[in-house]
Amino acid sequence: MNTALPVLLLATSLVPALVTFFLREESERKRNAVNLAGAFAKLGLVVVMLDGVRRGEDYEFRFAFVPGLEMLLQVDALALLFVTLSAFLWLLTTIYAIAYFRGGSDLSRFFGFFSLCVAATTGIALSGTLITFFIFYELLTLSTWPLVVHKGDAKSLAAGRRYLAYTLAGSAVLLLAIVWLESMTGPVEFAAPSDLRRLDDMTLRFVFALFVLGIGVKAAIFPLHGWLPTAMAAPAPVSALLHAVAVVKAGAFGIVRVIYDVFGIALVAELGVGLPLAFVASFTILYGSVRALQQRDIKKRLAYSTVSQVSYIILGAALAGPFATIGGLVHLVHQGLMKITMFFCAGIFAERAGITSIDGLAGMGRRMPWTAIAFSVAALGMIGVPPIAGFVTKWYLGIGALQAGQTWVIAVLAGSALLNAAYFLPLIYRLWYQPGEDIVRADAQALERPLALIAPPVVTAAAALLAGLMAGLALSPLGWATLIVERTYWP
Amino acid sequence: MIAVTACLVLPLAAALAAIPLGRRAPRLALVAAPLILLAALAVATEIWRTGPAQLPVGGWLPPLGIALVVDGLSAAFLLTGAIVTGAVVLFATSIFSTPDRETRAGFAFWPLLLAMWGALNAVFLSGDLFNLYVALELLTLTAVALVALDGRRETVAAAIRYMLFALFGSLAYLLGVTLIYARYGALDIALLRILAEPDAPTFVAAALMTIGLAAKTALFPFHAWLPPAHAGAPAPASAMLSALVTKASFYIVVRIWFDVLPVAGNEALAMILGAMGVGAILFGSVLAIGQERLKLVVAYSTVAQLGYLFLMFPLAGSGGEAQPWAAGAWNGGVVHALSHAFAKAAMFLCAGLFAEAIGHDRMDGLKGVARTMPLTVFAFGLAAISLMGLPPSGGFTAKYLLLTAAFAGGNHFFALVMLAGGLLAAIYLFRPLERAFAKPAEGSDITPIARWRQAVPLVLAGAAIALGVFSAVPFDLLRIGRADAAQEGLE
Repeated sequence: MNTALPVLLLATSLVPALVTFFLREESERKRNAVNLAGAFAKLGLVVVMLDGVRRGEDYEFRFAFVPGLEMLLQVDALALLFVTLSAFLWLLTTIYAIAYFRGGSDLSRFFGFFSLCVAATTGIALSGTLITFFIFYELLTLSTWPLVVHKGDAKSLAAGRRYLAYTLAGSAVLLLAIVWLESMTGPVEFAAPSDLRRLDDMTLRFVFALFVLGIGVKAAIFPLHGWLPTAMAAPAPVSALLHAVAVVKAGAFGIVRVIYDVFGIALVAELGVGLPLAFVASFTILYGSVRALQQRDIKKRLAYSTVSQVSYIILGAALAGPFATIGGLVHLVHQGLMKITMFFCAGIFAERAGITSIDGLAGMGRRMPWTAIAFSVAALGMIGVPPIAGFVTKWYLGIGALQAGQTWVIAVLAGSALLNAAYFLPLIYRLWYQPGEDIVRADAQALERPLALIAPPVVTAAAALLAGLMAGLALSPLGWATLIVERTYWP
Repeated sequence: MIAVTACLVLPLAAALAAIPLGRRAPRLALVAAPLILLAALAVATEIWRTGPAQLPVGGWLPPLGIALVVDGLSAAFLLTGAIVTGAVVLFATSIFSTPDRETRAGFAFWPLLLAMWGALNAVFLSGDLFNLYVALELLTLTAVALVALDGRRETVAAAIRYMLFALFGSLAYLLGVTLIYARYGALDIALLRILAEPDAPTFVAAALMTIGLAAKTALFPFHAWLPPAHAGAPAPASAMLSALVTKASFYIVVRIWFDVLPVAGNEALAMILGAMGVGAILFGSVLAIGQERLKLVVAYSTVAQLGYLFLMFPLAGSGGEAQPWAAGAWNGGVVHALSHAFAKAAMFLCAGLFAEAIGHDRMDGLKGVARTMPLTVFAFGLAAISLMGLPPSGGFTAKYLLLTAAFAGGNHFFALVMLAGGLLAAIYLFRPLERAFAKPAEGSDITPIARWRQAVPLVLAGAAIALGVFSAVPFDLLRIGRADAAQEGLE
């Protein structure tokens, strides 16, 4: 057993965060060096641990808050799935953000809170007890707020206010759920769940509902999603963080933990709370897609698309069969890769070409080919076109639904795929098939610059493609999700 | 234990010496403060090693003589008081030191501050009800004088109002003490614990003392004096008043309820205290939201936060028999008092720095200070986290313990009030923070503040956070000398 590695994994983002806060605004090189070093170190540690966990090693770190109340950082396969995603995307987002903000103001503050967000996300992933989970979950809320209001204009401040109203109310409900449960059972540890069966069924259902309500705010489940589209007022790297690296993912991950590690699948089935959650998730999937269809602003459309896509993860978890679970877990990674690509691209379109509305994309495929290719690959993946990652998700979710005997889910998946096509294909069409302004070659080169801005979406798009193509490998997202399910939930 | 004597004698001697020293008093305070801090540390380590101690003054044992008593609770308050006061001394040297001439405020401040420190230590170390009264009176006198320090008409009026409430409190307390003496012929805490019986005079005495102390603590509805007094005083004095002076009377209530007269603890009286606490939380928070001056926001926040402290009485259960969750409630209340001391002192010092930099303390002036005074905003933010009861902070640990005790004891209503109080605190604390993160207003000009001065509140706020992260340490300290309740820790 190794106790140092989980702490180190947390420190690779926490230390850069604290150092960055105290750097002067002018020391740009130091700031970039510290953040990139942290990101590379984290990725390195993740690679070491991926190998270790595959071989069955344990990594955990315990620390007593008060007698009986423990902080537990634990690296299991599920934690590592999330950490790998956020470590990989953190590195790319840092590179992207450095290029994006060149010459901006308040950057020490920005990168400090950015790294703190990643530290909080890592903590959420590694949490081994409910209280640890809550602590990092709140740290995430608090460290995201300064990023949402980063621009400091009235619109961002309003978005920040809305974000806090939703998330803090959510966390109060979550705390209520945790304290209520723990006052009956004592502190809850994920790896050694206490037997909840001796408790009253109705109370348990109520507590479960409180958990979903509390965590559902970050996962943007309908009707708790209102903050997400408004938060688009924030700069593009922040959107990437909210939608792919940290926030909505933390919500979805939390719901998976609650279903599988706090209550356990068997109890969730006995209580009959899985199916209602699947209904809500399905409704959110369709609702988000319909709302996305109505948006004319690129980032707004992407935001509603996230509302829809994140609920795939929750749907998979709620159906609670082996294949559905694999589908949900793998989508945690797949959605992250595809959605971050699209937000990177949207940021490039907005910053380099001044395009924020869908109509503005006309003819951009030839003026900004790399960006447009990356965007198109991700969009096709979202629709579920093979062999891109999104297809794998939908395939597993479909099989999982049949396995769980819920045939209606197939209709939801099909409907959602149609809607996805309806709101993403017009973008691809405009990019490639609609004539835009006349182009000059030199102009095209000038638009797709600097490399640090263009490379990250290309890399993530390629990763999304590879995750689909190489899904058969053991270390692909699918392979890893299968390992989690085989090892932990259906041995 | 020479250190105990030093804790009493050093500050009082320094206070006396400060009067003739005049403008050289700050230098004396800078020498005395570390010594007193060291003495407090020595006391804490001593009882950590050897357990609680009783020191008969002059060698006369109670009931003839009077005794000083040190246990975990007194050591924790002694140490917290020393850290906060030490920071305030350091902070105040930059305000109340005019080496070239003598000012009235500068002349009066130092003796008053040092005498206040001595009075606080006397409260925390007294083992005798009448001694507590004397210490409390000295404390009140210094506090009232500090409120009136700048001599403006409003602050003098606030000071007089404070004086009236405090006198009412003292009289009620003294009447209770007289009743106790008439009934038992003893005032020593340890003796009374053995002698006390649950009869009418004891109950009336306990009620009188509690109500008197509640008035001194500014518990709702006796809170009206607090906001103008705490907001009107100079920032270092406000920090002392909110952080420590209110805690001294609370400390005596805790002693009376749990150590002196546990038998007199009455369900109805506990519920009344709880109801007053609920009123304080809701009323104080709502009023804090409406304030347009930062210092008043912080002062009303104190009214609200003091409410949480008094929830510990109904939550711990009463009637002398220790409930299984009583330890949680007791620890929660005490940790709340300690972390509030750090956080509120930090917050008042921050408010003072903001006012100094922008020239006034209206909220609008805060626009953009996150860019110009990042360290102070960071300190304010950390203190705010603890006051909102969000993790990781002492405020959160306290709230978690109180919430768990509320659920375990079936007091769900109190739990809901605490959660609501956290949300309300978020509203009134994010209002100034939001302004801080807004774009600076055109042409706003600020006086630069030295970095070391900004670091002082940062250290205090950091202590409030550390109390949550490393809460095992204060817990071990607090349980020293507590035979029953605190030993059990959490279930």
